[in-house]
Amino acid sequence: MPIRTEILPSFYQDSVVLMRIASQVRTRPGIREAAAFMGTPSNHGLLEQIGLATPESKAARPNDLILTVDAESDEAAAAALTAAKELLAQRRQATESAEEVRPRTLESALRMLPNANLAAISVPGAYAKFEAMKAIKRGLHVFLFSDNVPLQDEIELKAEAVKRGVLCMGPDCGTAYLNGIGVGFTNVVPRGRIGCVAAAGTGLQAVVSRIASLGEGISHGIGVGGRDLSAEVGGAMALFALEALADDPSTEAIVIISKPPHATVLPRLEAVIAKIRKPVVACVLGAKAPAGSAAVWVDTLDAAADAVVAVLAKRTPARRTFSNPSEIRARLARLQAGGPVASQMLGLYTGGTLAHEAHLLLDSLLGRDAGHTILDLGDDQYTVGRPHPMIDPQSRTDMILKAGRESVGVLLVDLVLGQGSHPDPAAPLAAAIRQASDMAAAAGRRLVAVGSVVGTAGDPQELRGQVAQLEGAQIELLPSNAEAARFAALLVKPELAETLLEVSR
Amino acid sequence: MSALKIFTEPLQVINIGIEGFAADLKAAGVEVIQLDWRPPTGGDARLTALLASLQDED
Repeated sequence: MPIRTEILPSFYQDSVVLMRIASQVRTRPGIREAAAFMGTPSNHGLLEQIGLATPESKAARPNDLILTVDAESDEAAAAALTAAKELLAQRRQATESAEEVRPRTLESALRMLPNANLAAISVPGAYAKFEAMKAIKRGLHVFLFSDNVPLQDEIELKAEAVKRGVLCMGPDCGTAYLNGIGVGFTNVVPRGRIGCVAAAGTGLQAVVSRIASLGEGISHGIGVGGRDLSAEVGGAMALFALEALADDPSTEAIVIISKPPHATVLPRLEAVIAKIRKPVVACVLGAKAPAGSAAVWVDTLDAAADAVVAVLAKRTPARRTFSNPSEIRARLARLQAGGPVASQMLGLYTGGTLAHEAHLLLDSLLGRDAGHTILDLGDDQYTVGRPHPMIDPQSRTDMILKAGRESVGVLLVDLVLGQGSHPDPAAPLAAAIRQASDMAAAAGRRLVAVGSVVGTAGDPQELRGQVAQLEGAQIELLPSNAEAARFAALLVKPELAETLLEVSR
Repeated sequence: MSALKIFTEPLQVINIGIEGFAADLKAAGVEVIQLDWRPPTGGDARLTALLASLQDED
């Protein structure tokens, strides 16, 4: 089984382009694995990890492109490498024939667009500080998508940003809204009066999408990155963003979405919230409300959206486990009539915050060792050299089919629509679940799939069509991820109905 | 603090990295300049860090 490598010297391409090309090459006959990486130190590590490092690849420098394939024959390897180079050449030709001028430096870009106010930065993490610091020092706000940015770099970038009065959204920020416009992975939502501060990923997407479905809109959504509320970063950007939203006349209420802040950061957060003269809803997954907090605390993403919309309408937020309990009862009865459901539950998520929320809910409802496993397939360990599962569904498809062959009773999934996501993510998900259900049925087992969709009517994938495809594959869809997790819990532990369906919390 | 100007101004973006972000912003009517980015200093991370620390001085 030959592993063949080809190096294209000084041929920089961004990681999304390269992962797409690798995905296309991987589908060729006789190809077991394919990778296309720039020769950065972290990429050399990845190639070692996936067993595709070769003496040639090891000699590549950060500006050199490494193409490497693991093929069944020399002929298949040679054909795949030729195909990869053709794809790259086509791309380069398309870029060069486009009429736009592409400056090489931030300085020349600023000469072309002197009123630029945001730098969106998604270069490899090792270079992120270099580029972001330049932008911050020129007074630009920064959307920093890059991951693997050293913690010390983040601390220094945010300190400089605060000093200069600009936002440093990230690192590892996937989603932001400024003045109603989405940057990164975003759902299309109306401009409105609700401001958000979030680590920024699917948690923010879920909350803004639900806010839109409830008839409200977003003023700004500030992503701060997953480490902002750590002791080291000290909440530098979350506190700055909260104060900025507090002073923004177009923002009438604020939602905070996060994991629990470090014990040293929580009092600072509380102190800032206490000074805000607008309603604040805090959705801190996995934390209890501190005594005397000025914010309305909720424990799920759907409740965050419901609470902020209710507060703006001067209503007391209702806390419900299901939005339509009688419909849930009927659905449960229908499913239970088909026989018992095996208690092994597998959650296969593309959204990290959604996976975390499901995990917390299931641990509290079922107990920690109740046979449920929730995986965030966007986690680094599943995405080595591959696009995020919100872009490329293959890794989840493979795991769903595996679940069909094993004794999984309940499969819990999410589907995240919006800019940046796969153009038709419901199609591969529905197909995989149909196939897995058929495999389980052929083996005399039963597989029930439960899920929820994060999306809006304005999203490019067309929400209604996506929902219809999932329903066509017999996926039990719930209005939110929290409801989907609770419904999944009811399937494996029907006695929970007494607490989840009979009593409003 | 006074309200951030970016909250009231039209968004104008310099995109450094993944081109898809620029395409989505353009589709939303935002002015975007895509940088033809290459790793600085030929990709030498140590030299880049050194340059970044020199930036800190200004």
